Amino acid sequence: MIVHFSQIATILLMVAGLYVVIARGNMVKKLIGLSLFQTSVYLLYILPGKVLGGTPPILDPARAVYANPLPHVLILTAIVVGIATLALGLTLVVRIKEAYGTIEEDEILAKEGPKENLKDRVRNRSKSGRGGTAA
Amino acid sequence: MRLDVVLRVATKFMLAPLLLFALYVQFHGDYGPGGGFQAGVIAAAAIILYGLINGLGPVQRIVPVGLLEVLIPGGVLIYVAVGLASMLLGDNFLDYNHLAHDRIHGQEWGVFLVEVGVFLTVFSTMIAIYYAFAGRRRS
Amino acid sequence: MIETTVTILLLLMLGAVTIGIVRVRGLFAAVVLLGVYSFLMATLFVVLDAVDVAMTEAAVGAGVSTVFFLGALSLTDTVEAPGKRRQIMPLFVAVVTAGALLWGLSDLPEFGSPDQPIHRQGADYLVRSMPETGIANVVSAVLASYRGFDTLGETTVVFTAGMGILALLRRRRGEGKS
Repeated sequence: MIVHFSQIATILLMVAGLYVVIARGNMVKKLIGLSLFQTSVYLLYILPGKVLGGTPPILDPARAVYANPLPHVLILTAIVVGIATLALGLTLVVRIKEAYGTIEEDEILAKEGPKENLKDRVRNRSKSGRGGTAA
Repeated sequence: MRLDVVLRVATKFMLAPLLLFALYVQFHGDYGPGGGFQAGVIAAAAIILYGLINGLGPVQRIVPVGLLEVLIPGGVLIYVAVGLASMLLGDNFLDYNHLAHDRIHGQEWGVFLVEVGVFLTVFSTMIAIYYAFAGRRRS
Repeated sequence: MIETTVTILLLLMLGAVTIGIVRVRGLFAAVVLLGVYSFLMATLFVVLDAVDVAMTEAAVGAGVSTVFFLGALSLTDTVEAPGKRRQIMPLFVAVVTAGALLWGLSDLPEFGSPDQPIHRQGADYLVRSMPETGIANVVSAVLASYRGFDTLGETTVVFTAGMGILALLRRRRGEGKS
């Protein structure tokens, strides 16, 4: 079991992110948890590429043992795509704040009465919101 | 913010090295760590730093939204154009062997141009995201 | 040996920062701690010989994403409301997930061993890169040449996000004129 210390640590970090996403109602906090989760997945990919005593995969005649470059390529692009999707999520949070005045999930659900027709409610809200900006 | 002398002076000293470092990371990516993704983010960070210190107006004079509207699709178009050029020269899509007089130089040209395309798209997208947040007023 | 020790130390520090992020109620503090987490992760990537990934993580995770989070916080609230919901169910789900994943660990290779499947199977870019492309940084060669299609797709995703953001900007300008 102890030889898997790195994977155990990665899983614990990942589960901490999962817990934040499920347990917290605040949407920014949810996105922070999602970032934790995401970053630990990066670590999970990078870990098996490592060889003890190796060097980074930049070829040099003096060296013979290198880390595997393939996971590096996958994660490199994943990080940049991750920030783009994170920014999209944050934009949505800002829009939710503008529409409901809160970013707490419980308060939004409480404002969104269960008996009313959801579609009508959203339509009315967006109408009034547009009027507000024009004025 | 206007009176914060330390921040303004420190930023002035940091901006040029930041942009230079971004260019180094971009063009030295074949021989050391780096490439279009990293260089794009670093260069965008320099512009964002300028915007944080001087406000949205001055930074949008340097990098106007109209420029971003050209650069974001421009990067992808450069990338696709390299692929199409290699197709016209008788190779597969994004196979750079025939871009220059021999295979090694062809690959170097292909990788160079593709990384430039990645740089432009990543750089301008990061700045666009920053503008979107900075341009909104608190409701 | 030194590599393993440094890895363990960094993982412990990551764990401590994670506990801080989970417990803290102020969102500002959580965002700053997330930046610390990303920097520690970048350091760990350097130890794990992934220098390109480390550079990206330091620039994106610790730099730009912190700015974006702070930008979003300036438009919303900076303190979490005190939780009224029950924490038992999320804790149960997290513990069960952790248990299932830990149960599956026993077949994975041990840390840093050179005879893992990842080093023995698949395309050997380390050998092919120099004669075929003449590029010393194998990550760049794989990224832009061997897996150019992947990178085109990723660039298109970033492009799509940028276009979405620009659409938001443009609509705001139209509203301002009317």
